[in-house]
Amino acid sequence: MTTLVDPAQLGGVRLSRARWLRLPLPKALRGRFSLVAGIVLLAAIAVMCLGAPLFTSASPIDIDPLNPLAPPGPGHPLGTDAFGRDLWARVLYGGRYDLAIAFGATIVTLVVGTAIGMLAAYVGGWVESVIMRVVDLFFAFPFIVLVIAIVASLGPSLRNMFIALWVASWVGYARIAHGQTLAARRYGYVVAANVLGYSTPRVLLRHVLPSVAPLVIVFAMVDAVGNVLLGASLGFLGIGVRQPTPEWGSMISEGQAYILSNWQLSLVPGIALVVLGVAFSLLGDGLADVLRAEQ
Amino acid sequence: MRNLGLSWTRLANLVPVLFGITLVSFVLIRLVPGDPATQILGNRYTPEAAEQIRNSLGLNDSILTQYGIFLRSALTGSFGESYQYHRPVGEILVDRVGPSLLLVAVTAVLCTLISLPLGVLAAVKRGGAVDQGTRVFFTLGYALPAFLIGIVLILVFGLKLGWFPIGGYGTGLAGHLYHLVLPAVTLAIPFSTVLVRSLRASTITVLESDFVTIARLKGISGWSVLARHVLRNAIAPVAVVFGVNLAFLVGGTVVIENVFSIPGMGSLLVGAVATRDYPVVQAVSLVLAVFVLLVNVLTDVVHRLLDPRLSVAVTR
Repeated sequence: MTTLVDPAQLGGVRLSRARWLRLPLPKALRGRFSLVAGIVLLAAIAVMCLGAPLFTSASPIDIDPLNPLAPPGPGHPLGTDAFGRDLWARVLYGGRYDLAIAFGATIVTLVVGTAIGMLAAYVGGWVESVIMRVVDLFFAFPFIVLVIAIVASLGPSLRNMFIALWVASWVGYARIAHGQTLAARRYGYVVAANVLGYSTPRVLLRHVLPSVAPLVIVFAMVDAVGNVLLGASLGFLGIGVRQPTPEWGSMISEGQAYILSNWQLSLVPGIALVVLGVAFSLLGDGLADVLRAEQ
Repeated sequence: MRNLGLSWTRLANLVPVLFGITLVSFVLIRLVPGDPATQILGNRYTPEAAEQIRNSLGLNDSILTQYGIFLRSALTGSFGESYQYHRPVGEILVDRVGPSLLLVAVTAVLCTLISLPLGVLAAVKRGGAVDQGTRVFFTLGYALPAFLIGIVLILVFGLKLGWFPIGGYGTGLAGHLYHLVLPAVTLAIPFSTVLVRSLRASTITVLESDFVTIARLKGISGWSVLARHVLRNAIAPVAVVFGVNLAFLVGGTVVIENVFSIPGMGSLLVGAVATRDYPVVQAVSLVLAVFVLLVNVLTDVVHRLLDPRLSVAVTR
């Protein structure tokens, strides 16, 4: 989807921004607004969530029955939820789960899916046919429906949600890696490497992978946004992370009942979710530009 | 048939895919760890009840026989019996399919109304306000979870302003449509950002082509060129984008039906997960996959109708 954005025009915007963005950055980052903004946002979210005890002394799961639905005020910067739990603490600690989904779900499928796709293209024959037909089949199912169906069979839990995401989303990487490997096999330097008698693993890793990696890495950023939203959707539907674990999607769902009186219960985790999504989007756009420039 | 871009080989190619979809749906339920009967019954477990469930699932037969039974029940449309509702799953699906289909249809119409003018405007006035605005929205809309949009719309237009109902499905077609306004807007916002960007891209390509230059040189007015020469050619590729992203839209309805308590396939599916109603989960995922597949065939047909050059290339 990132390719739909006209890079020439974005480049114009970025140059003018680069003039005031003369921070002491490493050369690779200079003038790359999306990339820098994405990294900064993501780092800020990671520091706040992983270092949550530094930013709040409240517990995200301790119930305070005397203080339900408290408005923002001293002691509770964002107020409390229906069980008297501190919202600010829940947002900070809850982000850990969303970050875990973003990285844990995406990295595994990135590596495994790419490996399967490259192997399919390189081995060829019936192995390739079988693998690519399986990939086609997975694409026929709406992604979230497939994930829900797998979670339904395994039983709703955080661990099973990860398994479902892995099982359902490797196919995107496999399809991209397969296509690019087929193309790379005809490149002169790959043909040369084959003629020189290099082993298949060496050719795949040292000659084919460098042309596959940019494509799958950029797709991984888009996929990470998708995984975060999907994980949150499952939490929202009550089939991902379970109570009382704070996770942004499930917090939005819990807050929905009090939307009229305490709208911040739903909207604060919602905004956090959007910021995380934008961080990955910017990172993906920025990386796409860098990798395009290098090619 | 040929005029519609449908050849018998194209249709024949669907058979293995349909077969594969039934296979995936069948395998899904075999993922249940341990004994499904125990899982289904939970604390209502008795040996007799467990045996009865094993028989109704056909768990005592060979795996091939089980698949045969599943295929037959899928073909007849009964899909076995729901544990929660104690009715054939097929009957429940018939009740639930209407709201979901209507929601997808209303959303599709809404997306067209939103993205057609915006996409063309963004292309004609490149770098203008519409173009920049939709670009920012594209980055944001992609990161925006649909259920959050839904909740904000409920808060603003349902509770504060009181213009639209905050959930349910209403009665009669007018009532249904009235209840579907907010859910459809919710789904249309993220979905049309994709369409706007691709319509912009394809419009720009067409605007730069020779026949548009010639039409302009002939002195045809700007709007007439746009409507009669550009739009027709620009829409065709967007139809494909629509088809490709339809699975995404259908997935979105699953979540949004739950936000707005619409009695469709999505709320049926999520409810079935909680009650471990495996036949329902199986049937809903199968039906949704087949639906996506059929609409993709349909978008192919539409694509060919909009762009006859494709049909010529096929017959050659």
